[in-house]
Amino acid sequence: MHTKHIASLAFLAAVAVVTTGALRHPSLPAGSISGTVTYTGTMPKMKAIDMAKEPSCAAQHKSPVMTESAIAGPSNSLEDVVVYISAGDQGSSPGTTAVRYDQKGCQYQPHIAILQPNQPLEIYNDDKTSHNIHPLAKANAEWNKSQPPGAPPLKETFTKAEFIPVKCNIHPWMHGYFAVLNTSHATQSGEDGTFSLKGLPPGKYTVTAWQERFGTQSQEVTVGSGDTPKVNFIFKATPY
Amino acid sequence: MKAQMHSATLLAAGAAAIAVTLGSAAGAGAQMPEGAGNAKRGEAAYARYCVGCHGPQGDGRGENAQWIEPKPRDFTEALFKCRSTPTGTLPTDNDLYQAVTRGFVTTNMPQWRPLTVATREDLVAYIKTFSSKWRTQSPGTPITIPAETPLTTASILHGRQVFQKMECWKCHGPAGHGDGPAASTLTDSKDQPIHPYNFSTGTRFKCGTTNADLYRIFMTGLDGTPMPSFADQLQPGEAWDLVHFLRTLQPAHSPEAEIWALYVRAHATELPAIGPDTTTTSTQ
Repeated sequence: MHTKHIASLAFLAAVAVVTTGALRHPSLPAGSISGTVTYTGTMPKMKAIDMAKEPSCAAQHKSPVMTESAIAGPSNSLEDVVVYISAGDQGSSPGTTAVRYDQKGCQYQPHIAILQPNQPLEIYNDDKTSHNIHPLAKANAEWNKSQPPGAPPLKETFTKAEFIPVKCNIHPWMHGYFAVLNTSHATQSGEDGTFSLKGLPPGKYTVTAWQERFGTQSQEVTVGSGDTPKVNFIFKATPY
Repeated sequence: MKAQMHSATLLAAGAAAIAVTLGSAAGAGAQMPEGAGNAKRGEAAYARYCVGCHGPQGDGRGENAQWIEPKPRDFTEALFKCRSTPTGTLPTDNDLYQAVTRGFVTTNMPQWRPLTVATREDLVAYIKTFSSKWRTQSPGTPITIPAETPLTTASILHGRQVFQKMECWKCHGPAGHGDGPAASTLTDSKDQPIHPYNFSTGTRFKCGTTNADLYRIFMTGLDGTPMPSFADQLQPGEAWDLVHFLRTLQPAHSPEAEIWALYVRAHATELPAIGPDTTTTSTQ
């Protein structure tokens, strides 16, 4: 009786060790999801921005600055599309490093900042003019703060996942986004439209692609251990 | 005898009526304690007084809304201009109570002083039911407004420098006429065109009439509009200096305007122009 008891305990312990070990076992490597984002139809034309009202910014640009709401690359690729795991996420790392957002030459750099809820965001004004940072949040709080030249960076966080448009009221051509996402598995498509989400333990995932004019698309994909399935997104581009 | 008593009664009734009205007016100067209103009672008052503009869903789309500008407040967003709390936070009940009582000058939102204090408090409680944010968030902590600094020429001069450095003129214009370089393209958070305040139009503004009200405007920002908060950028002393300067832009014989007029009479040519900095090159 006593021996049986010890034996079952030992068995349970062994099962526990094997199970937890399996999740970290090096012989079950993480997979990745990669693919390409492309478009069909007619792309809208990006327009040249007139910065004459802000000479100190206009002077920083030798060639015309174009709007950035839909950027096409070679072979009908779409650049800067946000691709992320929207469901079934595993193995995501917490967002603790500060994400930097610059106002430079009266433009937001980067155009889209990807961060997690409660991840520190540091907003810098690198220009000779004041800017006001006005994230038009709906799920998060909408605030509006002035940042004169030479002011220290503003340190902010958002508590909820949301795609937040950002604008400067003083310079109406400035448009950007904060993509606050509940995962570290998030990226943007490159110039050739390709993207890759790495470090995905085996499981069933929903991958979502978001383009600020053309909307959102999702696909489900199963990742086995070490698998690298391909997921492509095709957006319908419209000229207006 | 009967006639005399009748007159006396009338007088008494009249006095009482005046007292009640004054009482309401005096109550308007008072603060609303947090949570004092009753939303259920407020619902009936809302249906009588507010629904025509603010709409049955409180989203600012009442049947009058199509003809008025600026549009009525959309309570479903829980985004308010005139608060004592920092930008991005909810106002206190008293902030909303003062707004209902005072109305919004230059808009279709009237002063609701004819309603009793209790009715106004109930309305505040009711309009909070239109957004779930009130159930998940507490109001912000009201900002501390330190005692006003002495009104001197130096204070006004420094306020003028703050107006230049913080680039208020970009929207409000060098003389505060609402004609700055960025003014014509301003839009509110619903993408509707909006004008920056024109100081030459009078001495009242949407969020009040006093110097403390002015102080609060730029130290909390007007949420939902292009007007940001300068709380991170200004020390309280500078903020009071700016208030003193802003009063000189208004067409009234305020103490600030009197002092400033004396100074300008003797020193007008010494004042640097407000506006784009033309002394440095733009490629710096």
